[in-house]
Amino acid sequence: MSSGQGRVDVEVENKRPDEPAQGKHPNTCPGCGSHYRDEELAESLRVCPQCGHHFRVGARERIEQVVDPGTFDESDADLRSADPLEFFDLRPYTERLVEAEMETGLGDAIVCGAGEIEGRACDLAVMDFAFMGGSMGSVVGEKFARSCERAAEARNPLVSISASGGARMQEGILALMQLPKTICAIDELHESGGAMFSVLTHPTTGGVLASFASLGDVVLAEPGALMSFAGPRVVSQTTREKLPDDFGLAESNYRYGHLDAIVPRPELRGTLAQLLRLFERS
Amino acid sequence: MPSEAEMRLRERLSKLGGMKLLRGTKLSGELARLQDQLDQLDQLDPSAEEIWQSVELARHVDRPYTLDYVERIFDDFFELHGDRGRADDPALVTGLGRIDGRTVVLVGHQKGRDIKERANRNFGMAYPEGYRKAMRAMALASRHGFPFVTMVDTPGAYPGVAAEQHGQGGAIARSQAAMVRLPVPTIACVIGEGGSGGAVAIAVADRVLMQENAIYSVISPEGCAAILWRDAGEARKAAAAFKPDALHCVELGVVDAVVAEPPGGAHTDVDAAAQLLEQGILAALDEIEDVEPDERRRLRREKYRVMGILASTA
Repeated sequence: MSSGQGRVDVEVENKRPDEPAQGKHPNTCPGCGSHYRDEELAESLRVCPQCGHHFRVGARERIEQVVDPGTFDESDADLRSADPLEFFDLRPYTERLVEAEMETGLGDAIVCGAGEIEGRACDLAVMDFAFMGGSMGSVVGEKFARSCERAAEARNPLVSISASGGARMQEGILALMQLPKTICAIDELHESGGAMFSVLTHPTTGGVLASFASLGDVVLAEPGALMSFAGPRVVSQTTREKLPDDFGLAESNYRYGHLDAIVPRPELRGTLAQLLRLFERS
Repeated sequence: MPSEAEMRLRERLSKLGGMKLLRGTKLSGELARLQDQLDQLDQLDPSAEEIWQSVELARHVDRPYTLDYVERIFDDFFELHGDRGRADDPALVTGLGRIDGRTVVLVGHQKGRDIKERANRNFGMAYPEGYRKAMRAMALASRHGFPFVTMVDTPGAYPGVAAEQHGQGGAIARSQAAMVRLPVPTIACVIGEGGSGGAVAIAVADRVLMQENAIYSVISPEGCAAILWRDAGEARKAAAAFKPDALHCVELGVVDAVVAEPPGGAHTDVDAAAQLLEQGILAALDEIEDVEPDERRRLRREKYRVMGILASTA
């Protein structure tokens, strides 16, 4: 418990390659610099064929990657954030919401619905980092909770695939309340005998890691995914600690016992199918 | 002599006296009454200046901490140490005590009073070990049927390398999950800074009380300002925007009751502040003590299930 002591005043850089800097093409691999056409990347599930770097995947594309073609049935696509605080920083929250919806084509940072993986039914709750950093406000919390309820009702396992910077500041304390809200929903799902599998993708931090993403019956992560409660910048600035090269990454979390497995993206569909088989209720 | 702003705040609180049961919006029969109260609150909207005053009072160096209240509210207090795994986290205290003739389990963040104690208690910022100690106290309360009371006062869970390696995010998630499942009556009191995940980790309760000048928020004003304004110096603006004060928390249905403080803030008269907090705890216990465990868990889940405000395009 003494790591705050003996502080060394150095600027620490997170050595993990970041997403491409502004100006660089998003299809340029931050790991090895290779460049791909969009259809090439889509074909390889957005994993770099050269170095194995996992690019980000949007929610709809992720769903296509894991479910059987044509089986996904989306729910609650109509839900939108309200603006309970009339939040205004440099720009109004409502304006940021509209912009995010226009950019991503999504109503909020999560897509939910039912589908089949290798012929087995499940409910899915899949987050999208492109919508305001995958932040969790009332809509993400509500859609996740409804997914738990649908899964319990249909006696299906729930597959959660997270990508989030944490709670959405613009919804203030109500964003924080989505932590206990999603946890209550999982508690009810578990009480009904239902299962939840949580897949953490880059990045899953803050309030999402500190709530539903950590509470799967089985917890998986993609290689290289950052999964820390506090981000590397906050930790280095607050504590002046020197960060290990693999700070907060899936590999480090696996070593410390916070994960059941690290699953490369091409194996994710098969792994989820295996879990669905193992948790099948007679 | 109380300031003018303080007079206004007190006037507001006296008007709030009859509305301590404002909760989740699912209580449909209560809607008319709630609307009435919300209309009233609209007229009572705290100004940016008053919100910032709460932030300053919540962090005041002389503000009473958990153990100051423990020694005044609980008889026969016995502190429990250690998470039975790897450490005892002094940033979070747990123990057993008597209040009004019954034994309760107490869990609370603890800041330090002087420099040495502050460093030892890590400014009230708990490690995962702290939350695991809290879960151990929850299990004990559950086993013996003791009501469970928490005091929330933390800038946030500790953001450090070791804390992450020991599983900070998962510990906060599991602590909330354990609180959701408790069969015994649970009361959380926000007594100072209710800082984000580190706070809500021990604040998922049947009744959540909040002291008049406490704050409860998703992020610190400085953190929010650094991200959205790109300047931590804009903390006042950030606080005014995300509204961490007690009245807004009641209005949003996050807090069940506001506990008054002595004029000028809890630090001006710690005995009086403790007496008011004790009354709040006992009143809340009275309300929830006779509920059956299964029903209690159901009501607790229902309360949190409806939190949030949504719109629909349908």
